[in-house]
Amino acid sequence: MYLYDSYDQQMVDARVAEFRDQTERRLNGKLNEEQFRPLRLMNGLYLQLHAYMLRVAIPYGTLNSRQMHALAQISGKYDRGYGHFTTRQNIQYNWIKLEDAPDILADLAKVEMHAIQTSGNCIRNISSDHFAGAAADELVDPRPYAELLRQWSSFHPEFTALPRKFKIAVIASDTDRAAMRLHDIGIQIIKNDAGELGASFYVGGGMGRTPMIAPLIREFIPLDQLITYSEACLRVYNRYGRRDNKYKARIKILVHELGKEEYARQVEEEFAHLLNQGVEPPLEELERIKLFFDDPAFESGLSNEIDHSDPDFARWVDRNTQRHKIPGYVSAVISLKPVGGIPGDASVEQMHIMADLAKEYSFDECRVMHTQNIVLPHVKMADLHALWTKLEAAGLGSPNLDTIEDIIACPGLDYCSLANARSIPVAQKIAERFADKGCTEELGELKLKISGCINACGHHHAGHIGILGVDKKGVENYQLLLGGSEAQDTALAKITGPGFSEEGIVDAVEKATEVYIANRTEGERFLDTYRRIGMDPFKEALYG
Amino acid sequence: MNILTGNDLKSGAVVWWTGETWSIHVNDAALLDDDAEAICAREEAARNVNLPYPIEATRDEDGIRPAHTKERVRALGPTVRPDLTLKPADPDIGNWVI
Repeated sequence: MYLYDSYDQQMVDARVAEFRDQTERRLNGKLNEEQFRPLRLMNGLYLQLHAYMLRVAIPYGTLNSRQMHALAQISGKYDRGYGHFTTRQNIQYNWIKLEDAPDILADLAKVEMHAIQTSGNCIRNISSDHFAGAAADELVDPRPYAELLRQWSSFHPEFTALPRKFKIAVIASDTDRAAMRLHDIGIQIIKNDAGELGASFYVGGGMGRTPMIAPLIREFIPLDQLITYSEACLRVYNRYGRRDNKYKARIKILVHELGKEEYARQVEEEFAHLLNQGVEPPLEELERIKLFFDDPAFESGLSNEIDHSDPDFARWVDRNTQRHKIPGYVSAVISLKPVGGIPGDASVEQMHIMADLAKEYSFDECRVMHTQNIVLPHVKMADLHALWTKLEAAGLGSPNLDTIEDIIACPGLDYCSLANARSIPVAQKIAERFADKGCTEELGELKLKISGCINACGHHHAGHIGILGVDKKGVENYQLLLGGSEAQDTALAKITGPGFSEEGIVDAVEKATEVYIANRTEGERFLDTYRRIGMDPFKEALYG
Repeated sequence: MNILTGNDLKSGAVVWWTGETWSIHVNDAALLDDDAEAICAREEAARNVNLPYPIEATRDEDGIRPAHTKERVRALGPTVRPDLTLKPADPDIGNWVI
């Protein structure tokens, strides 16, 4: 994985010193809150329902064990013994004291981490495929391109005051595991007919109050023009994005209002202008970065056999491992979704254990998934049983990846000042209902996502089943949506009808699954059945 | 009735105006007789509180109850982590919020 050079370290250290000074000035009254707020937000420090909340950037979700240990230590030393992994592959701490924040950033800087680009109207932390560098179906590892984009976007003077926040995802396989087309820019590394690598640009996607799927703006950009084209996309947005209305300021609105053809035309014009301006870093820089993402020392000639004689282990293997590009290896997913637990939360002890397991079994590497789980990307099949045994002992062995128990849930009204309703209790009740019924496995792949407000941090628009919490005359109310997807078949879920109470929404989800079971054909997922039979049978069951 | 709330500048903790100082317990909150704006300005300038604002609440035999769910969550703590609330020994305290 990428390691800082002296420039990276100097930049991060300088930012820590700067924020320490700013915090001192706030505490001694030289800065008021109006002056300090944008400064703390530029360092990931929000003021949430119960305390300050610090969001730490995890570029493209990749961590080594030293960094995971450091995140655990911060939870124990400065917070209340846990952290929350987010749908942007980051981590949040919910109980931070302002006076501790500079020390936390200093601790992060010691392990090449920071909280820059986790707030504000800048280019946010770049996200990517959590199986990057391991997946059997990828063309190349997308992370060197994500890292190049990270370096280009960090402190980019032109793009620190965009009309709104800006999110970029990079993938390099036809299977989309990063919700690429629901980002402001989604980049897919592809090969053209001549066998040359390049990038497809999808621009203007997003969730939130106006969900949109990003259209294809440019089918193929040579990789030695990747940054220049990105810059052109941003420049057109920075120039014409709606600064007059916060709710219409995202690039998706600009692309939608201009039309993708006109937006693309303007980008091409800007791109042609920029091509001679020296925007693109030399290819040697990309080659330098690529060296950090070389394969670890995989063993060759390993067997692909796994002993399935232990049924509990076999179930976990079948559900929570992913095919690897090297025979004899898999990527193993550590579920942070125990039934009745809080999606994405991990205790200090669990974080230390995951760090140790990454070191012992996965070449010192782990990944944060946007679905709020953790990946050990390179595990020998021969080590899987030992790994699973240790995960089970730590409460981390839930065999529920991509099932109805593997729910994405934003922090909701339990933590978030923007939320209108609680998300976590609903997730807990749904997971408990289906675990009690013992039908989780029978339902197969069923992605359920819950947001506590219209900002959609819980990706409800993209759930096979989505739930949106709203405030209805002071009472929490939950709308049900069906048919969304954030995979390569990206689709936006449609609302079923009137909302439900907290208990009612659990019943409604159960009814929706009953419709699925009654109507599915062999091999159909919930989403497939919904697409085939449409909304009406579900509406009839819910409201008829 | 209205009461005043905000966050402690240093810790970020939720606090309530008692009429003299700031308390983390909502039941210590004082009904607002004085001009809320003046109290907010004075207390914020003195860095005794961060971003104070008035909210609606009622008082009954159990104490003070903020009118809005969000403020009750602030007053108590996360309903999904009773151990982190101000009343960790009360298993039913989440019901007070909802």
